Amino acid sequence: MHAYSHSERFDMNMQRRSILKGAGAAGVVSVAAAAGLLNPATAFAADWNKAAFDAKGVDAALTAINATGAAASGDISVKAPDIAENGAVVPVEISSSIAGTESITILGEKNTLPLIATFNLMNGAQGYVSTRIKMGATSNVRAIVKAGGKTYTVAKEVKVTIGGCGG
Amino acid sequence: MAEPMKIRASMAGDTADVKCLMNHPMETGLRKDAKTGAVVPAHHITNVTASVNGKMVLDAQWGGGISKNPYLAFKVKGAKVGDTVVVNWVDNTGDKNSAEAKIG
Repeated sequence: MHAYSHSERFDMNMQRRSILKGAGAAGVVSVAAAAGLLNPATAFAADWNKAAFDAKGVDAALTAINATGAAASGDISVKAPDIAENGAVVPVEISSSIAGTESITILGEKNTLPLIATFNLMNGAQGYVSTRIKMGATSNVRAIVKAGGKTYTVAKEVKVTIGGCGG
Repeated sequence: MAEPMKIRASMAGDTADVKCLMNHPMETGLRKDAKTGAVVPAHHITNVTASVNGKMVLDAQWGGGISKNPYLAFKVKGAKVGDTVVVNWVDNTGDKNSAEAKIG
């Protein structure tokens, strides 16, 4: 591994992303890979939706991920504690039995930055993710599921006694 | 290089259960240092991908709202005992890590 400074590595990463986005990317990438700059196995397919992750407020976040007007669905379950003693670590399990579930998104509605994560699922990955999230205050944990071009949602309230997003 | 991560994969019926623990501070960029009052810069995982035998099954984008030292579990139908599961992450500073396991 070369001894790049943190900022140099960051620049390189940004460069890589713009390369991947550009037309004729394959040629450029293979040249870069041959030069040892890139490991194709770890080149990420997706970019990072900065606008959505920086959105303050649930409505802005939902707009940024094209999930406004999601239909309530009984086929999604959000498993999370009713009361979380520590908002810094709230276990959350989302299951979707909607056929053809393509993605699961998790939001903490009262978090300063409500969008927590989006998981795109493919090639046999089931409509299921389990993780641990931060919650700044008592609020809904909202799951958004995309399937067959439609958007579905369900939410569960978690009471938080000590917030996990402040300082 | 980041700390090693843990990964475990086991079959339950026709579905593989994959569980993964990563080491990462997951700083949101909103927290203030208790002593200095200075904002702690954002430092969190932004992208996570997972593959089974080289075929991508999960492609995630994360914000700072995922807890420190992230836990991730997912399920893959049609996987078999002996298949190789690889999980990769990259963070907003360009740091990255990966781990692999054979499905048991």
